[in-house]
This record gives sequence, C-alpha cells and structure tokens, in this order.
Amino acid sequence: MSQASHQWPLWEVFVRSKNGLAHKHSGSLHAPDAEMALKNARDVYTRRSEGVSIWVVPSSSITASSPDEKDPLFAPSDDKVYRHPTFYDIPDEVGHM
Amino acid sequence: MGETHSLEDRFQAFVEAENKVEPKHWMPDGYRKTLVRQISQHAHSEVVGMLPEANWISRAPSLRAKLILLAKVQDEAGHGLYLYSAAETLGTSRDQMIDDLLSGKAKYSSIFNYPTLTWADMGAIGWLVDGAAIANQVMLCRTSYGPYSRAMVRICKEESFHQRQGYEIMMTLAKGTKEQKAMAQDALNRWWWPSIMMFGPSDDNSPNSAQSMKWRIKRKSNDELRQEFIDKTVAQAEFIGLTLPDPDLKWNAETGHYDFGEIDWTEFFEVIAGNGPCNAERLAARQKAHDEGAWVRDAATAYAVKQAARKPNPSTQTHAA
Ligand SMILES: [Fe+2]
Ligand SMILES: [Fe+2]
Repeated sequence: MSQASHQWPLWEVFVRSKNGLAHKHSGSLHAPDAEMALKNARDVYTRRSEGVSIWVVPSSSITASSPDEKDPLFAPSDDKVYRHPTFYDIPDEVGHM
Repeated sequence: MGETHSLEDRFQAFVEAENKVEPKHWMPDGYRKTLVRQISQHAHSEVVGMLPEANWISRAPSLRAKLILLAKVQDEAGHGLYLYSAAETLGTSRDQMIDDLLSGKAKYSSIFNYPTLTWADMGAIGWLVDGAAIANQVMLCRTSYGPYSRAMVRICKEESFHQRQGYEIMMTLAKGTKEQKAMAQDALNRWWWPSIMMFGPSDDNSPNSAQSMKWRIKRKSNDELRQEFIDKTVAQAEFIGLTLPDPDLKWNAETGHYDFGEIDWTEFFEVIAGNGPCNAERLAARQKAHDEGAWVRDAATAYAVKQAARKPNPSTQTHAA
C-alpha cells in the first residue's frame, strides 16, 4: 500500500490572479485526487493572495506541441504581416481606427 | 545552413543567446545530470532547512514572532516543492529524490547541519543564511533551464521577507539588554563562517563550476557571490553595532571590496562528508517525519481509490469556471 501511495499522479496548477484575468500556469504538484490537488495548490501556490480561483488538471491530460515542430507550427504566421494593424497606411486625418 | 553543427554546438549557441531550455528540448546528458543534482540538492536544502528553525517555533518569544517563524518555515516547505517539481521535469521522480535524501546519498546545504542554540540563531539564520541563499537565488533567476528559473523567480519574491525578519530579530536583540546583545553577537560568531561557506569552495577548487557557467546554469562564480555578500553585510552589521568575527576583515580601496580572512575549508568538507554537529540528527528527523506520515499518504490514496470507484465518469463536458 505505502508503495502505491508514492505514485500519486502529477497535477498542473493554474491560478486566476484577479477577477477578469485568465488562469495562468503556476506550477505542478502531486496529489491522490483532484480535491487534494486543489487543497495542496492553495497552500503551495497562493500563500500570499496570489489568486481568486484555481484549476488543477492531471498532467497526463495535457498534450503539448513538441519543440521540434516549432517551425512547421509557428513559422507560417511569421510572414503574414498583413494580420497586424500596423501593416495598413491610414492617413492621420482619419483619426484613430 | 550548409555547415553541420553537432547537437552540442547548437545547444551551446542556444544558451549563449540567452534562450531558456525547456523540458522537451534536446540537452546534453551532462547538462541534465548537473541540473538534476543541483535542483534536487537545492530542494533538499529547503526541506532540511526547516528543521533548525522549527526547533524554535514552540519557544518563540511572542505570538508575533511565532506567526512570522511559522510563515517562514511554511515558505521553505513550498520552496522545496517548487524545486522538486522543477527537477521532475528532467525525468527524475519525487520518490527517487526522497529516497536519495533519506539514504544519505544526496547532499543538502551544509549550513543546516549546525545547531540552533538560542533565539538569536533565528535572527542570524534569517539575516545571513537566507541572505546568502538569496544572493545565489537571485543569480539563478537567470539560469538557462526554464523550469528552474521560474521556480527561482517565485522563490525570490517570497525570500525577501525571510532576510528582513531575521535582521529585525538581530536588531531588536542588539538594542536590548547587555545579555540580549551578547546573545546576538554569539549567534553571529557561530553563523558567520558557515554562512560564507554556503557559496561553496573557492573558484580554483570548484571543478564543475566552469562547465556550469558555460552552460549558463550558474551566472556568477562562488567567489564573486561570496564577495558581494560580504561587501553588503559589513555595513548591516555595523549599523546594529555587532562585529563580524573576522579580524582580517578590512576595506580594500584598491579592489573596492572587503578583504577577509582564510576560510576553514576542512570544516566545510567535514560537514559535507556527514561529520557536522547535526548531520545524523537532521536525517533522523526527516526519516521520522517520512515514516510517521506514511499512514496519511496511505489513507489519502485509499480514499481517492474509493471515491474514483464510486463516481460515475462525467459524460457531459462543461467549461471550467
Ligand atoms: Fe527558501
Ligand atoms: Fe528562506
């Protein structure tokens, strides 16, 4: 039994620092279940009022892009400058747009 | 591209360009091993570091002092957890690290093998030990390994109160009765040399340092960090009327730094080797806590298993709130 307890799953902790902001990754921790993960996350990551809301997600549920795919995944957006507002020349007289 | 670069060369160029290495990136074996050793040692130091101060929680001289000490010790537990998590991203497991600590295979900072004899030691530890740790940790905020660097940023934010509360204790004692001032001076006498040893052996005696600097794991050498710490601390001691126990300590106008006396490295290596005043006691305390917590871990696991069996799998997905 005590062998099994060593293998608590890993959880990723996301904290919303203020109302209106998105949850942001804070770190990770081990816990036997979601409820304990939340309680531990409160103690580990919000000891100084860093948050108003916490998400815990089993690390095993996260699919991450691999650094080797960085170029094929993200490079295509690099040459699409026309997606940015500064690409367009609008005369100052038009005012803020 | 044309030229072929080895993976090592590309890695070296990557860290030299001040990029952060992330867990899934390719990295040299030596880099990974160095980090696992360093981060797990660092985590163990945070965890074992709770023991000398925990010794005084129940005997703190006021409720205010007790609350502060409790909060500080709790922070150190948190620091241990951030660091274990960072080490785990490199492929080692929490169990392995804990086993290595308890079996004596893994090291932790030699400073925590000294006893805390009086309340003034809480002051000296916060001021000097946390102070020295902060100097090292501020540098490590810029380490090349992303998860380690992020853990350091969080830790540094929390550490600044640790040093200030320690200095406040020393200041209060130094302004107190003759006996209280003597108690503060005695603590300073005992903690000064071990504290400046915390930065590790001098540069010409620290064979792995150069490689660590090259990989941008470390950003400053042991001697540089030690000198900065000494330079800062001299004035702090003078301000509260305490004397650093080093007759050779004096300002050197030429170098713009304080010269200081010879460090007793025999003592340092003896403590590292396990022969410090409290090595056995510290490990025994960790082992006891680990053993006595086993039923709690078992119960939590049993509860989780039971709950999971009882709960039907949620079939409808809802957005997290
Ligand atoms: Fe700490
Ligand atoms: Fe600290």
